[in-house]
Amino acid sequence: MASVQWHSRCRKYEYEKQMCRLEASAVDISDYHPLKAITVTDSKSRRSVRKGSTSSTSSSSSSVAPDPLSSLLDGTDPLSLFAAASEIPTVPHSISAGELGRKRKDKEEEEVVGSDFEPWSCKRGEILSRFTTTEKLSINLFMGSDKSKASSPSSAVSEKVRTRLEELDDLEEGSQRELLNLSQQDYVNRIEELNQSLKEAWGSDQKVKALKIVIQCSKLLSDTSVIQFYPSKFVLITDILDTFGGLVYDRIWSMCAEPHPLPDSFSADDVNDTAKETCLNWFFKIASIRELISRLYVEAALLKCNCFLTKTGIQETLQRLTAMIRGIGDPLVAVYARAYLCRVGMEVAPHLKDSLNKNFFDLLASFRRIHGDSVQNQLALQRVEIPVYLTLYSPAINWILQCVAYRAPEVLLTEMMERCKKLGNNALLLNSVMWAFRPEFVATRATDFIGMIKDCDEAGFPKHLLFASLGRSVSCADPPESERLSVLNEAWKVITKVRSPRDYMSCAEIWVEFTCRNFSKREVNTVLADIIKHMTPDRAFEDAYPQLESVIKKIVTYFHDFSVLFSMEKFLPFLDMFQKDSVRVEVCKCIMEVFIKHQQEPTRDPVILNALLHICKTMHDSVNALTLDDEKRALALLVNGFIRMVSFGRDFEQQLSFCVEARATFCNLEPVIVHLIHTVNQLAMETNRVMKGSHSRKTAAFVRACAAYSFITIPSLTSIFSRLNLYLLSGQVTLANQCLSQADAFLKAAVSILPEVPRTISIEGKQRSSEPFLLDFINNFLSMLLVVPDHPEQGVLYLVRGLLNMVQDYTWEDNSDAKVRVYISALPLLAAMSQENYLYTIPKVDSNETLYGGDPKFIAEINKLCETLIGQVLDHLKGLGRDDGVRRQGGLAFSLFGCLLAHGDVRNNKLNQLAANLWNLSHKHGFCDTRTSVRTLEHIKQQAQLSEMSHLSDLTTRLSLQSVA
Amino acid sequence: MSVSLDIRLKRANKVYHEGELLSGVVLISSRDALQHQGVSLSMEGLVNLQLSSKSVGVFEAFYNSVKPIQLVSSNIEVVKAGKVPAGKTEIPFEFPLQAKGNRVLYETYHGVFVNIQYTLRCDMRRSLLAKDLSKTCEFMVHSQPQKSKMQLNPVDFTITPDTLQNRTSLPKFLIRGHLDASTCVITRPLTGELVVENSEVVIKSIELQLVRVETCGCAEGYARDATEIQNIQIAEGDVCHGLSIPIYMVFPRLFTCPTLETTNFKVEFEVNIVIVLHDDHLITENFPLKLVRV
Repeated sequence: MASVQWHSRCRKYEYEKQMCRLEASAVDISDYHPLKAITVTDSKSRRSVRKGSTSSTSSSSSSVAPDPLSSLLDGTDPLSLFAAASEIPTVPHSISAGELGRKRKDKEEEEVVGSDFEPWSCKRGEILSRFTTTEKLSINLFMGSDKSKASSPSSAVSEKVRTRLEELDDLEEGSQRELLNLSQQDYVNRIEELNQSLKEAWGSDQKVKALKIVIQCSKLLSDTSVIQFYPSKFVLITDILDTFGGLVYDRIWSMCAEPHPLPDSFSADDVNDTAKETCLNWFFKIASIRELISRLYVEAALLKCNCFLTKTGIQETLQRLTAMIRGIGDPLVAVYARAYLCRVGMEVAPHLKDSLNKNFFDLLASFRRIHGDSVQNQLALQRVEIPVYLTLYSPAINWILQCVAYRAPEVLLTEMMERCKKLGNNALLLNSVMWAFRPEFVATRATDFIGMIKDCDEAGFPKHLLFASLGRSVSCADPPESERLSVLNEAWKVITKVRSPRDYMSCAEIWVEFTCRNFSKREVNTVLADIIKHMTPDRAFEDAYPQLESVIKKIVTYFHDFSVLFSMEKFLPFLDMFQKDSVRVEVCKCIMEVFIKHQQEPTRDPVILNALLHICKTMHDSVNALTLDDEKRALALLVNGFIRMVSFGRDFEQQLSFCVEARATFCNLEPVIVHLIHTVNQLAMETNRVMKGSHSRKTAAFVRACAAYSFITIPSLTSIFSRLNLYLLSGQVTLANQCLSQADAFLKAAVSILPEVPRTISIEGKQRSSEPFLLDFINNFLSMLLVVPDHPEQGVLYLVRGLLNMVQDYTWEDNSDAKVRVYISALPLLAAMSQENYLYTIPKVDSNETLYGGDPKFIAEINKLCETLIGQVLDHLKGLGRDDGVRRQGGLAFSLFGCLLAHGDVRNNKLNQLAANLWNLSHKHGFCDTRTSVRTLEHIKQQAQLSEMSHLSDLTTRLSLQSVA
Repeated sequence: MSVSLDIRLKRANKVYHEGELLSGVVLISSRDALQHQGVSLSMEGLVNLQLSSKSVGVFEAFYNSVKPIQLVSSNIEVVKAGKVPAGKTEIPFEFPLQAKGNRVLYETYHGVFVNIQYTLRCDMRRSLLAKDLSKTCEFMVHSQPQKSKMQLNPVDFTITPDTLQNRTSLPKFLIRGHLDASTCVITRPLTGELVVENSEVVIKSIELQLVRVETCGCAEGYARDATEIQNIQIAEGDVCHGLSIPIYMVFPRLFTCPTLETTNFKVEFEVNIVIVLHDDHLITENFPLKLVRV
């Protein structure tokens, strides 16, 4: 096999193409469509199931085509089975009727409290965070020192903190001792412990102990020392009460379940005597609790249990408890007790509105006590300011009002408002009204509210909170058209006078939304200017990043037109206030996301471009060595989104210069650079399209500029395969634009960096062999080389040789056939090059076919190259013959055989012989896939029947399927 | 060998009236078969009177405790001597609840000096080798509803420094209010209202104190003692002036009964409205109550 003479087969591409074309056959649409059959069977089988007889389904399935889908649907489908089963009334009628009734009742209940009622669980966290974290430090400190101070007269001796174990012992003995110097966290932990020990006690059947714990806990609510913490304390302790209420209710419920479980809508008559007795026992026990507040809370916790005894129990108890709260002297304690009662009432019996209203009116009646002497004394003692004290009321009053106002008729709301108005110094109430009442209600009376707010006492409830509440309402619902501007003006007049940057910001943040919603950019711009003015002194913005961020978010949700947005003078200065990098980038990201989502058409608006470029640059500049890959990817995605939206229309040069600028700006984000190169390539092709393929001198220069752009940009990429692919792609683009020397340069560059390809690359964090990628690239490259004309100053097939040399010198993996595979795949290229007419050409570019015109010297050169390659392959095959390489040998031999057959002229005896030898070699060790061999053989036979390929029949006789045995 | 004896009354609340049938089961549960010499049940109702050491001397109180008055007593044999099989055995029984002779069945009442208690006792006699078993269980007797028409007798009251008996120099205050009834149905709460119209001094707490007054007749005359049953707070802290505060108290079971007046003893009830001022000064207003069962 030493010397092989290569002769390329002569190809007639056009003819072959026609031979390969499928025969057109007429299609009868009515019965051909593959999907149609399925739909038919589907509906049939479903119909049969609906009849409810499972036996008939098998017969129907036999009548339709054996479609796997339909057989699946036949009876075996669990859903249809279920549907069939429900037809048969196996369930006793009475129960199903009961269920129906229950469902109906569920529906009714849903109507009473819908999903639009913000549940307590939402408020809970809010209160806990608001009355702890915001003032955490001060509370922490206060708690320690203040508590010991407040209780020092009574127990000066015991200022030690007891260990937990002792505390639990205390509980057992039922004695009360005071725990002092608890930090807030200790306090929370301790309450959680109590909650746990309550559950434990209940679990171990110590009901009395459980009750004792609950009573002790609720007693804590009468203590108003460290008053700032009271709302949170209320939340924590009512959690325990809820747990307790649930435990008792479940216990009594389970006692009733003895013969059969109670229906969901049971009446007191369904409850058995034992359960009733137990329930009564609880109530008698609670009725004898000495302390008013404990009794009240525990009784409220067990409110639901009243339904075991009488029908009207809940209603009566609610009314009684409502009246009972009047006995609580401290207004704060009383308000929270009311809030709890309303909460339990809403949960258990939401239809009982009377007691809710009564609660509110009682609250109004005792409202003036908030400014009474005893409260003043207490505040003086604890050194709490009145505005702070008043805000403590908000959660409770808000909750009560929310319950009252929930689906309340307009008349009632109006009446409530009138009543609030009548009370002097009603800022607190006003605030809650705005919080709790429907935004629409508040919005339509916005002007009235502003008037009322103005009338409020300066020293009382902080006014900015009032405006914040109003702002919240008007940004959800629109005030009457005519009043909007005056509302904004009036409100802003006050807001702008707020001194503390924090208070100012919390207010402004809310009003921005109203402004965006109802007004144009002019007003928003004014608002922004005002915010900047307030936040700049003393770098106040540093403490208000979350609020400022939310301002931006609100603006971009309302202004999708970025030309308007950026034409606001103050928008960019506003952005400049974000001086902490992380926040700044977040804001930029947020803006970009909105831009990508809402910008429909490409833009060339210089205002937008400048601003967005600035924003993107900010994002880009945040990238450093420590930035995570994911973060980079996310940023790059946003920047790419921006670049994609930039279009200067026909002004290609401008576009290119934009790309130049962008490249300079985003040099650290590789995906952006890649994207820019693609953009520029696209630009070149677009120019080509506009010029319909023939460039003028000017456009030719332009596409060369594009090529230059790509050429100098690509080397800056770190990923070797990005570089390779982009070189190839740019080469293709330049060639398509008839820039031969540029194309040459690209391809040369690609070839020259081939040796740099590492053996392994990291993909998604894993090390993978680069070989398959490299092979892919080389094959791609080879197919490109067909149309690249030879450089006049270099030798024949300069690039092909160069590539093959690089392949030869590349350090391939040990035991790898990759090199030989490249050689084998180079053969088809060389064969294609030796044709008279090439398979494909590039318009207006002369390929080698025209350059050489089938010059025999050229053909000879090609053949020589082929022979070298085949020689190399054969050497390699020989080397594989030795040890365990036989399987690989077989595979390689077979692919070379295939290549010879397709591209070589087998009429030549030597080639013919070589082919036969290769066939035999591949079958020698039996590692060949028999089916492939058989098919190949069949194909050859088929080809042999064609007149010009008749020589193949000779070959077929020499090829035998050895390994059939 | 674990044997347990239990009495289960049919009524969950264990409340019976005179003339009714007291029915239930004796529950014997044993792991093995059990030999016994008979199971008997006895029902007994007693009034125990105790003289307070306040009225008479300590020793006299100890020795002179008045002989208990038996209201009802009966005894039946539930099972004759024999064997009870292993497992749970339920033996049903019935007692007619009938007073002894011409006595009246007073309502169950647990007090300090007067105790009216009804018990059911089950005894299982066993051979010499094994201990006898017994189990007692208390049941409640409610007296028959009073037929006569009830008068509520509401009470209005006003408390000022002037209305107090041993007044010292007190700051000014005016508390008005009313009880809906001083003749109360024992199953219903005591209700009323109270308004602090004005008060110069801060009020710390307002409480309702339920008091029993027990009188025992004895050889040397009689002893009358008032003790607290329970104390319920109805107002805490400096309550809102001019706003009515509800008076509400549930009469505790067992510790209260319809007001009782017999030849040997009396049980009466009173309620005190106690106003605690900021300086822990107490102002008490007393209201006798008549409890009835309807």
